[in-house]
Amino acid sequence: MTVKRISKNTRTTFITYGFVAAAFAVLQVLNSSGDLSPLLSGMLIPICAWVVMAISLNLTVGILGELSLGHAGFMSVGAFMGTTAAIALQRSVESAPLRLAIAIVVGAVFAAIVGFLIGIPVLRLNGDYLAIVTLAFGEIIKSIFTNLYVGIDERGFHMSLLKDRTDLLPGGKLIIAGPMGIGGVERISTFIAGFVLIMICLIVIFNLVNSRAGRAIMALRDNRIAAESVGISVTKYKMMAFVTSAAMAGGAGALFALNYSTVVANKFDFNNSILVLVFVVLGGLGNMLGSIIAAAALTILPEALRQFADYRMLVYAIVLILVMLGTNNPQIKNAFATCFDWLKGVFRKQSAKVSGERKEV
Amino acid sequence: MAKIFSKNESPLVPMPSEAYIPQRDLNKTPVLECRRLGINFGGLVAVDDFNLIIGRTEIAGLIGPNGAGKTTVFNLLTKVYQPTKGTILLNGQDTHDMNTVQVCKAGIARTFQNIRLFNNLSVEDNVKLGMHNSIQYGMVRGIFRLPSYWRQEKSAHERAMELLSIFNMEDMANTKAGSLPYGAQRRLEIVRALATNPCLLLLDEPAAGMNPSETAELMENIVKIRDTFQIAILLIEHDMNLVMNICEGICVLNFGRIIAKGSPEDIQANPAVIEAYLGKKKEA
Repeated sequence: MTVKRISKNTRTTFITYGFVAAAFAVLQVLNSSGDLSPLLSGMLIPICAWVVMAISLNLTVGILGELSLGHAGFMSVGAFMGTTAAIALQRSVESAPLRLAIAIVVGAVFAAIVGFLIGIPVLRLNGDYLAIVTLAFGEIIKSIFTNLYVGIDERGFHMSLLKDRTDLLPGGKLIIAGPMGIGGVERISTFIAGFVLIMICLIVIFNLVNSRAGRAIMALRDNRIAAESVGISVTKYKMMAFVTSAAMAGGAGALFALNYSTVVANKFDFNNSILVLVFVVLGGLGNMLGSIIAAAALTILPEALRQFADYRMLVYAIVLILVMLGTNNPQIKNAFATCFDWLKGVFRKQSAKVSGERKEV
Repeated sequence: MAKIFSKNESPLVPMPSEAYIPQRDLNKTPVLECRRLGINFGGLVAVDDFNLIIGRTEIAGLIGPNGAGKTTVFNLLTKVYQPTKGTILLNGQDTHDMNTVQVCKAGIARTFQNIRLFNNLSVEDNVKLGMHNSIQYGMVRGIFRLPSYWRQEKSAHERAMELLSIFNMEDMANTKAGSLPYGAQRRLEIVRALATNPCLLLLDEPAAGMNPSETAELMENIVKIRDTFQIAILLIEHDMNLVMNICEGICVLNFGRIIAKGSPEDIQANPAVIEAYLGKKKEA
């Protein structure tokens, strides 16, 4: 393929890959040489998890075009199931990275199953109704995990709701302890794993978007009636996008949970769903790079604002409002566009000069 | 209660006049046959007793004053609405248990009166979406980009370009569909419908908003499409010049009922049609 033939989509894709890889490389070097502030180096894994959450929600909101307010629910499914798997495999799988990978996959699979089950009733609805029902399901998932007891012993897994009736044999271990959640988790998440997860999710999303299924999903967003008229099954492709998105959120949940020593259901409440939605809207619907930057920036921001002490959240809100106003202001957008054009012009002139010089030689 | 007549239950009515089926199509199964088709919205009878036969390679016209139920007929044929009465036979096959997607796979493609393109996608992607059901690879192969993905995407690209070339739109392939000029959007809708590989193409006011020279070009193209793809075309149009020039059979609808059928010459001379369009002469 010649340079000319590369479409705008492909370019955006490679810019995004490149940006993520470069950011990872820089942070990894700084982190290993100890130049990163302890605050930031402690934030690296949560940032990765939130970035994955943002791009996965962007698949639902930006590409499928349906508002989902229960995304933290899928994250908690991934967190609990992934952590459970990691604890259960603690003895049999020695290598921590492998255990982490299994935990992430388990989290993703369970979140996908839950996404599928929720999708059956939810995807019959459209627009606002769908959003509100997903919100309700998010809350349901949260309250299930607050009341769930899961234990393991020689006979296998035991599970009960509301009360601990697991009746474990001596030597057995209660993994999920209702409102107490999971305690004493070995923190096996690593920044590298986070980076790999982000890259996998990006590759899946970009490849999906440029394939037959992804086109069908975007067609549903743009015009459902026309999509049906060209023979695209609405339920099938909505479900495909929704389940993929849920699976990614589950993976992010497992990564996130295994970075802390305890996991409780209240960590994944409605606020977090909204927070992820803020990342997506701020970054731009359908714009993966935007989501990544927004997720990273808004995760660091509250920590960076610690100096404001009691007024931290107030400042955070004000910054958010200003950024939203700024990114929606046509004049500011134009100013950015002019800057870009100017930069492009400079590059072009230089490359023209270089090629001109070559010709003379 | 909404009841769909099955083939056996529906009383066989005297067949609608076949006089206007082109001679060349007489010996083949008609591509579309509607028998006593009807739909009620609550108490309102939108379409009633609609009988129509379209030949394999016919260009047929559906005309009538505003609100006559023309677009409703299209929506019945494509199962956007389920008919409350009557039978639709597509290539001799009853479609009463099909939905929109299945009807499309069975061979009916349509365009819309108010253009419905996938505005944020490129022109090429719009056409490829028309080919959705003829491209075979699934989601997993798409994500992992297996060889079949590249192969099929390549042939889809070539086919899309070929179809776009009917309307000389190849160089717009990478433009966003939403930013095309109005006339080009209408043409793109036709290309997208053609991409589904139909045997019957329904065009809902294809010439709306076009100037006379664009309309003339469109007329040529409609005939060209019929000739190259050997398909039947049913079009709704208010531009009488277009209808009278290219349609072989015309069906006139008023208040949901057929008031006349026949060749363009018959229709032009039909007093009921003139009355529907111009009103009744006042008794002196």
